[in-house]
Amino acid sequence: MITKLKHMVFLKMGQAMQAAGLRGFWTLLKKELLRFWRVVFQTVAAPVITALLYLLIFSHVLAGRVEVYDGIAYTAFLIPGLIMMSILQNAFANSSSSLIQSKVMGNIVFVLLTPLTHLQFFAAFLIASIIRGFVVGFGIYLVAMWFVDLSLANPWLIVAFAILGSALLGTFGIIAGIWADRFDQIAAFQNFIIMPLSFLSGVFYSIHSLPPFWQKVSHLNPFFYMIDGFRYGFFGKSDVSPVVSLSIVGLSFLVLVFITLKMLKSGYKLRS
Amino acid sequence: MTPAIQITGIHKQYGSLHALKGVDLTIHHGDFFALLGPNGAGKSTLINILAGLVKPSAGSISVMGFDVVKQYQQARQLLGIVPQELVFDPFFNVREMLRFQAGYFGRGPENDAWVDEVLEGLGLADKAKTNMRQLSGGMKRRALIAQALAHKPPVIILDEPTAGVDVELRQMLWEFIKKLNREGHTIVLTTHYLEEAETLCSRVGLMKQGKIIALDSTANLLNKFAGKSLRLTLGGVTLPASIEPMLRNQESGIFTFALQDMTQIEFVLSVLREANIKVQDMQLNEADLEDVFLSLVGKQS
Repeated sequence: MITKLKHMVFLKMGQAMQAAGLRGFWTLLKKELLRFWRVVFQTVAAPVITALLYLLIFSHVLAGRVEVYDGIAYTAFLIPGLIMMSILQNAFANSSSSLIQSKVMGNIVFVLLTPLTHLQFFAAFLIASIIRGFVVGFGIYLVAMWFVDLSLANPWLIVAFAILGSALLGTFGIIAGIWADRFDQIAAFQNFIIMPLSFLSGVFYSIHSLPPFWQKVSHLNPFFYMIDGFRYGFFGKSDVSPVVSLSIVGLSFLVLVFITLKMLKSGYKLRS
Repeated sequence: MTPAIQITGIHKQYGSLHALKGVDLTIHHGDFFALLGPNGAGKSTLINILAGLVKPSAGSISVMGFDVVKQYQQARQLLGIVPQELVFDPFFNVREMLRFQAGYFGRGPENDAWVDEVLEGLGLADKAKTNMRQLSGGMKRRALIAQALAHKPPVIILDEPTAGVDVELRQMLWEFIKKLNREGHTIVLTTHYLEEAETLCSRVGLMKQGKIIALDSTANLLNKFAGKSLRLTLGGVTLPASIEPMLRNQESGIFTFALQDMTQIEFVLSVLREANIKVQDMQLNEADLEDVFLSLVGKQS
């Protein structure tokens, strides 16, 4: 009887903890969303305008000079690449800048003192990054529609690549944010890893136009698969099969999730 | 009954630095406990282990029976910790921060009345919609305390809550914390203001070099270690040997004696009279925690 009662009490407590945990996670997600929404000009409007400038300049300079897919205008080809590039960069920026700011300001302690688990912590930062990526990507899409009539060959693939791509970079941003101790280290990540990889991933050209050696090198760049697969969703054409791209991106995401959860669980750089 | 906080054999080693060397401490429900000690004694390390911010090298701490490492979710749910550093989140206003903080602990809109009570109690009600960035230092400190209380924790830890805080806030803060203590919350505080600990706290633990060197009720500590002190202005004289052991301090002709009880005054004076030493001035002081602190910390260094 007593064990049964004890069992029931623990079950009740467990349920309460679970409900509390869900609210805790939701609160952290809400805070992370509000954090970038409060400075929406900087976090959404600015990257949309940057992408638009790329679109105007590159389409003006390169239209007719760069060989892409048959029957697809260069400007149309460019847009999905720009959208994906912005999604990736902003997903990374969201988690990494939030974490480094909280660490430098010291207010990360407010989250570390709570009963939130490392999984809840991870999920909140991850989902906020995905949403930031989507908002920016959708913003660019809306503006770009004024210039070009984009086809949507496979909307589900577009969404799948957008989710996986932003999740991958959001997770990478969490790793960078936890590892870094200063703002300039995050800037180094952006300038020496994210920017070169995204510029050399075939945003502005089809890698089929490259010499064989550079084609091979491009295949080592994970960003290439995200851009290429995302573009397939619009035109039904790509440099490699979207299934291959989806698998590579999905696998890379799982590897980064594994590393991130290990870091968070051990309290690396967060709890001494 | 399970104690509010049970600390057992806690060690913490940072490389070659042994910050905590086996701390054992029990804090009971409803205690108003002061953890005192000089800088670097290990108070904050101990609190950070309790908070889960630092991992112990050995030993364990439990909060109302829940281990802070193995059952960290339950343990943290019961704790409200005011960090020592004046940190804040510049994106949000005071009320938003309190709601977020309560939310992390699973508290929803039903908790809003309590948030209002905390705001009121700490004199933050008219700053509820002010962005954290725009608050003065003292107001930021209040907001920091309010955040720790947002989920109405039964055990409240205040690490140097009044460092750099004006008198008005200190009084307001202590009135509010005393009220919480009366309502059954367990309070643990570290402070540099010993008179605060003396007037507020029923029990005192004194730390030095990573160990607890004294642990008792405030009244007992005062009696045991300090009693009363007698300050005599005697000039440049040599004290008779019989009262030498009672001498605690000697500075430019002013001699301070530690007394266990009042009868010793007569003894000191009679010895001085026999030695023909003239008393130019005399002052009798009640001992305070500072005396205890100095005599203990001084004795072992």
